[in-house]
Amino acid sequence: MTAVITVPASLDEPQFEQVIDQLAAVPADAKLLVDARHCRFATPYGLTGLLCLAQSRLERPDFAPPEDDDVRSYWARSQFFSHAEGLYTIRGSVPRRQGGNSDVLLEVTPVRDSGDVQTVVARIQEQAAHILTRTLDLEPRATMLFSMTLSEAASNVIEHAGGGGWVMVQRYDWSKRRVGREVVQITVADAGMGFRRSLEGSRARAVADRWDDAVALETGVVQGVSRFGDPGRGQGFKGIRGYASKVDGKLTVRSGTARIAPIIPPWDDDRALRSGLAPFPGAQMNLVIPRRLATP
Amino acid sequence: MTTVDLASALAASAGAPQAHLVTRPVGAAIRLLVERQLDALAAGTVAVLDFSGIGVLDRSCADEFVAKLMLPREGPMPTRDGYVVLRGLHDGHLDAIEAVLETHGLALVVQLPDGSTRLVGAVTVTERRLWEQVMVGAAAIEELAAAVGLAVEEVHTQLEALVRRRLLRRAGSGVVPLGAHAA
Repeated sequence: MTAVITVPASLDEPQFEQVIDQLAAVPADAKLLVDARHCRFATPYGLTGLLCLAQSRLERPDFAPPEDDDVRSYWARSQFFSHAEGLYTIRGSVPRRQGGNSDVLLEVTPVRDSGDVQTVVARIQEQAAHILTRTLDLEPRATMLFSMTLSEAASNVIEHAGGGGWVMVQRYDWSKRRVGREVVQITVADAGMGFRRSLEGSRARAVADRWDDAVALETGVVQGVSRFGDPGRGQGFKGIRGYASKVDGKLTVRSGTARIAPIIPPWDDDRALRSGLAPFPGAQMNLVIPRRLATP
Repeated sequence: MTTVDLASALAASAGAPQAHLVTRPVGAAIRLLVERQLDALAAGTVAVLDFSGIGVLDRSCADEFVAKLMLPREGPMPTRDGYVVLRGLHDGHLDAIEAVLETHGLALVVQLPDGSTRLVGAVTVTERRLWEQVMVGAAAIEELAAAVGLAVEEVHTQLEALVRRRLLRRAGSGVVPLGAHAA
């Protein structure tokens, strides 16, 4: 019997929890159909999350793509289908990749090794730097810090996930949302071992009174503890948190059954830590950077 | 003084032109390559690492490359020889390099585009003032002591530490700067 996971009409970070909740009720080896027919909007978090979902399954799941032509076209431009074809059995045909959407600053891009991180950084620096400068009102040289942050996040996948992951960067006009301005969303997601398993052998784990996904996230993201013992590790998240804070951004990381928001800007009222969520493998980092406010 | 063009070194280590120093594996590869070049230099030579052709440098790579390059040279029992000065840095590079140097308690001399030099990383106010006095030409211990308001013995101790950390060079009974004014 095939279990059906219904993808919500809008698929960003909060709505992806609905997907995970549905998944939690399905045995790991069960046949799965991910039904995205009625999905009308998906962010980098949603698209990379769907790829991670497929990677987490023992049996290749089926995928019903969105019915709406514009949505299918966007997912194709985002390179979602080209990667999904390797992980899902897609029911029906999907459009081939089309170019011409400058809101996609970086399509869904696999990250498996240092060369892939080089590719991600090069694409942002060479193709999207001017858009970032315009969208976020960044100083041209500040795009370097953006790329550094992206690089650190992608490097974490290589160093800690135990397998590959996905990166995507997208621009949005959120002038009608609470933040009230344009934003850029970066998602780096993987279906690997997650923070708790990654830090299992760390000294922090050895001295911890309790050990679960929430503690592991605080240990890794906030305290900057790495599974590698050599001094100087943990620089990545320190830099990412510093950048998010500096640019009034919002940073969240989900892993296993917990989610941490170490940087919550004034334009958002998320909870700093959530535990007891439905389990999902790996780690999913989401960073939203709003346009710089003009100084009065 | 000898200059190491990091863009060329990066291309050599990667086997293809690359513009960015990102990820730990890339940092480790470039460090090994640079270490081989430094090991081949005559004792006391100042090596200038030129970042001019490098685009993005992330902290993980900076830690693996710059910090681990200097750790065996700046410690109390150095296991490697050689002096290092950085050049061609932009603000993004400096952000990453200062962060990793401070994490390890290290410091380095950076040469600015106008040829002047400054210290980056973990240095005390006194160390920085002393170092700056040496950079503007003060050489005699008494002269330095008067400039920074310390006892001669304390100045001597501080200078020893700066030499041990390879931020100054010993010359006879005194000290001289690295970088622009190094011989």
